[in-house]
Amino acid sequence: MTGTGVGPTLIDLEHVSAGYDHSIVLSDVTLTVREDQFTGIVGPSGAGKTTLLRLLLGTLKPRSGTITTAPDLRIAYVPQLETVNWNFPITVEECVLMSRTQGRRLPWASTGEKREVARLLDRLGISQLAGRHIRSLSGGQQQRMFLARALLRDPQLLLLDEPTSGVDVSTRHDVLHLLADLHEDGVAIVLTTHDLNGMATHLPHLICVNHKIVADGSAAEVIRPEVLEETFGARMDVLEHLGMRVVVDEMPESRLIEEAR
Amino acid sequence: METLIEPLSFEFFQKGLFVASLSGALLGFIGVFIVLRGMSYIGHGLSHSIFGGFAAAQLFAAQFYLLGAGLWGIASALAITTVAKRSRVGADAAIGVITTASFALGVALFAKFGNSGPSFESALFGSILGISVTQIVGLIVISAIAGLFVFFRYRSLLFMTFDPEVADVSGVRVNRTDAYLMIILSLSILATLTVIGVTLVAAMLVIPAVVARMLTDSFSKMLLISTIVGTLSGLIGMYASYYAGVPSGTMIVLVGAAVFGIVLAITGGRGLRRSVGLDSHVENTGSTSLVAR
Repeated sequence: MTGTGVGPTLIDLEHVSAGYDHSIVLSDVTLTVREDQFTGIVGPSGAGKTTLLRLLLGTLKPRSGTITTAPDLRIAYVPQLETVNWNFPITVEECVLMSRTQGRRLPWASTGEKREVARLLDRLGISQLAGRHIRSLSGGQQQRMFLARALLRDPQLLLLDEPTSGVDVSTRHDVLHLLADLHEDGVAIVLTTHDLNGMATHLPHLICVNHKIVADGSAAEVIRPEVLEETFGARMDVLEHLGMRVVVDEMPESRLIEEAR
Repeated sequence: METLIEPLSFEFFQKGLFVASLSGALLGFIGVFIVLRGMSYIGHGLSHSIFGGFAAAQLFAAQFYLLGAGLWGIASALAITTVAKRSRVGADAAIGVITTASFALGVALFAKFGNSGPSFESALFGSILGISVTQIVGLIVISAIAGLFVFFRYRSLLFMTFDPEVADVSGVRVNRTDAYLMIILSLSILATLTVIGVTLVAAMLVIPAVVARMLTDSFSKMLLISTIVGTLSGLIGMYASYYAGVPSGTMIVLVGAAVFGIVLAITGGRGLRRSVGLDSHVENTGSTSLVAR
């Protein structure tokens, strides 16, 4: 499993343009999401990352171009933590269970469903929090809860909007490892991130977006100064550290001279 | 005890007590969804809008004024939802335009042509006098529909109330369920209009739900508590209305407000913290999580 996508196609975008009201946010996007993919969509704020995610989710219709989705594709989505109403009156177990809307119509969970939720919460390490109100969770626990809700749908494709936004370093590592485990289990993953060093450089496949697809490839192919400048509109240097790429702001010449002294 | 039994010797009071209690229960039940979705203003607007239909329908077919007002209310609810979703006009602005215009039309029609059904005052503030068997049956049927709808769509309703965009991509038919909820809200307002009154219905949609939110962190318990608070407000409010000689709607709302005050005093800061953000209009537009580009 490479994470760069060699399996069967799940979603195919061909020459897609999309936007809101009278403005076009993304132009002429052509890309394929495949079964074994583990992809990060990177770009600055307002570049069209979330718009691309909405196109993949099917909640935004393209202005032009075509989107082909595999029949009966099971997609699950994890929203940004900042957009959630944490004061909503539900427990962790209720939140996870709400995604099981197909089949059983009764309000309360069946024994089988309760067992399934318990198994998922246990797998994600938050089984002891099942009866707690969602507001009382830490950032990492909130992210795990939404992952559990998404996994209850047994998805083939998991889409996440800025999964490490606003969480600490330790939680970011946890989330990254969790996603890697899910990918190993066969779930295709596409996420948006603006965190180049904390997230993007760790992913096997990246798509750089700035109102169009600037680059599409492995981290080694994409994390290069010229690609980053075109994507973010600012010059950045790329260093190698223990085999990892590290992106730093380009140092001004005057500071380099000062440091040399 | 005599205070409780004496009014029951009147048939109009027996009917009024039943209708007020059921009205309180229905509004408390539906109010949970309205309040949690930050749609309190929709309840307020819809009740005013229905008043326009109430007045207009009486001019053309007095015997069918409830039907006319109902259709008018449903049309207003769907118009608000559509305008808010499809245009740049926000939900609160759409409600402001559609419903206040409808209310103004109702007042103008009443003023110009008078009325042949319930009086202007009873439509505005509620009255237990003249409640017909048809209205009682209508209230029972609408309460049953609301109960069954929530029972069989519980998970979808919970999901779309908490997180509409994720619900949409998770197989919930958000637009359709939203439309059903709006229709049930319109019918609930219509069915309780004669008892609570146009201007006070919105309060009974909000107060029991807010009280319930202050008391619990569980959605299912909130539904139960809100329904009980609504029922008690209707029950006690009817007695208060009888003894004070004031319109039933005003006393039902005042009892609800008193319950709110008591619960606030008991729960203090914890209750207030729980109810924070209940009336955010932003959260009701259905595009909370993916509005960023």
